[in-house]
Amino acid sequence: MKNKFLAGPYLVWMALFTIIPLVIVLYFALTDSVTGRFTLSNLAAMKDYLPIFLRSIWLAAISSIICLILGYPVAWCIAQTGPKVQRFLYMLVMLPMCISFLLRTLAWVAILEDTGMINSLLGRIGISPLPLIRTNGAVILGMVYNYLPYMIMPLYTVIIKIDPRLVEAAQDLGCDHAQVFGKVTLPLSVPGIVSGITMVFVPAVSTFYISQKLGSSGTTLIGDVIESQFKTAYNPNLGAAMSLVLMILIFICIGLMNRFTGDDDEVMTL
Amino acid sequence: MSKELIRLVDCCMAYDGEQVLDNLNLYINDSEFLTLLGPSGCGKTTTLRIIGGFQKPTSGTVLFNGVRINDVPPHKRHINTVFQRYALFPHLDVYDNIAFGLRIAKLSETEISSRVGEMLRTIGLVGFEERKVSSLSGGQMQRVAIARALVNRPNVLLLDEPLGALDLRLRKDMQVELKRIQQQMGITFVYVTHDQEEALTMSDTVVVMDKGVIQQIGTPEDIYNEPKNAFVADFIGESNIIEGVMLQDRLVELFGRKFPCVDSGFAPREPVDVVIRPEDVDIVPADAGHLCGTVTGITFKGVHYDIIVDFSGFKWLIQTTDFHPVGSYIGIRLGPEDIHVMKKSKYSGMFGDYSSYSAEYDEIGDSELETAESEEAPGYEE
Repeated sequence: MKNKFLAGPYLVWMALFTIIPLVIVLYFALTDSVTGRFTLSNLAAMKDYLPIFLRSIWLAAISSIICLILGYPVAWCIAQTGPKVQRFLYMLVMLPMCISFLLRTLAWVAILEDTGMINSLLGRIGISPLPLIRTNGAVILGMVYNYLPYMIMPLYTVIIKIDPRLVEAAQDLGCDHAQVFGKVTLPLSVPGIVSGITMVFVPAVSTFYISQKLGSSGTTLIGDVIESQFKTAYNPNLGAAMSLVLMILIFICIGLMNRFTGDDDEVMTL
Repeated sequence: MSKELIRLVDCCMAYDGEQVLDNLNLYINDSEFLTLLGPSGCGKTTTLRIIGGFQKPTSGTVLFNGVRINDVPPHKRHINTVFQRYALFPHLDVYDNIAFGLRIAKLSETEISSRVGEMLRTIGLVGFEERKVSSLSGGQMQRVAIARALVNRPNVLLLDEPLGALDLRLRKDMQVELKRIQQQMGITFVYVTHDQEEALTMSDTVVVMDKGVIQQIGTPEDIYNEPKNAFVADFIGESNIIEGVMLQDRLVELFGRKFPCVDSGFAPREPVDVVIRPEDVDIVPADAGHLCGTVTGITFKGVHYDIIVDFSGFKWLIQTTDFHPVGSYIGIRLGPEDIHVMKKSKYSGMFGDYSSYSAEYDEIGDSELETAESEEAPGYEE
């Protein structure tokens, strides 16, 4: 029973830096910025930002799905290789994460901007510059690029754990390769898909740096708005309310997804 | 009954230069219960996986009904497998696990439902349709694994140590159950085990293997009563194996004494291995014995006592229902039927001496075998 005390430091940490800040966010969200009195006007103001909320969710959802489509085959292929190759490929996937997130996003700016690498290359073969940067596409690209490893990791972890005998059992019962995948491998990787989507969707929906650098005023995301409430508009109460609503929306999205994929015991809940 | 169904011709298998199967030749008859028996690493699982199509032999031919099937993938063979530790699909319930193969074969749901229902009755798990497989006991999972394979009505069922993970009582029940199912459905069973008792209880034919080579093929009675070499004699049951000289047909010399026996066909004065089963030895007063020795150990085994008797330095295991205290001087008599003479082999001198016998011997031997089996199982490296 003494082992229980070992969790003590973290419990204190959580109380100090998770629970109390959440209470503060709640307090700010529900009080007036001038008078400090209880009010719902901050939450009521949300309706003006509805399109931005929807755009954030929409872009994050598209990015998650692209990450899944790109990441699943990669995770599957890595899991099929020998242990040494596996470690090497896994390291390659992780490698970009060792480089600063800001730097990686700025690199994309250099590639995509109007006078960037792609457009100057196109110019040299006589094609007029394409509007690559400051589009939804560029923001999605930035999200996919930055968060793809977060999709591959949980998928790989789940796929590698699928018992090879289950694949053989399916073959034994008449499945060709496609059927083995559809009936055994894919259903058994659902927990990985769910946690992969969660790990991509949650940071993507609240990102602000990617949209600031790769997007335009037309692609402002909720993360940008929250940031501006604290840094330029000096309305922490509205920012807190937005954070609160965003958090609730994320919970709803995850809840829907977990419900949709059935009550799998291994499903990660955030 | 005796129609040939599967034949392995000169099958060899090597991993990284290590010979796992060495020119294996074997045929399996239709509706037969054939057991591949041997210690871990003897190549029995590899043989099974070649029949199932999960591995291709390095050289040699696999014939099914006279047709070469080396390159036929598992899903196109009319063979189903009960895997070691079941390999049930964890994302499906009991019903869907059993229905899996039928759904792949695109049978109608009504047909599937009636066949799965029939199978559930056979294995005694009616009412378990919607249970998750993870909520089942080992014995129940075993039954589902068998049902999942049998429901497809295969020509051949391959079973890879299917009872290895069950406790003794359940294992005995399942042995009877499997034999009943096999006889009732008339399906060819190819069964892999390292448990000699299981092999003797269930099989029509036993194939004893060691180091990738078939040591003996025969009925359980043949294998037990007429082992071909010291390995088989030792692996199947307990044996005292003594060096002897065949003087002439039906006369063998042991410990400098002549014994009449029932074996013939040896060269005059050919050195041989002689098997004496512990239960065949008659204990008599010392003055009436062919051989006399001192009891050096006794272990109560329930039905009988295991006693160790020292005959001038060579220790025998003898099973008797009478109590003989340690230190008593006893005689034994051997009738012609109690003596089995074998040709010398590379296994001569390796088995059959009970000098280092201790009461825990059996248990230690068995558990070592089982750990070895389970360690190698995930990679199928046998």
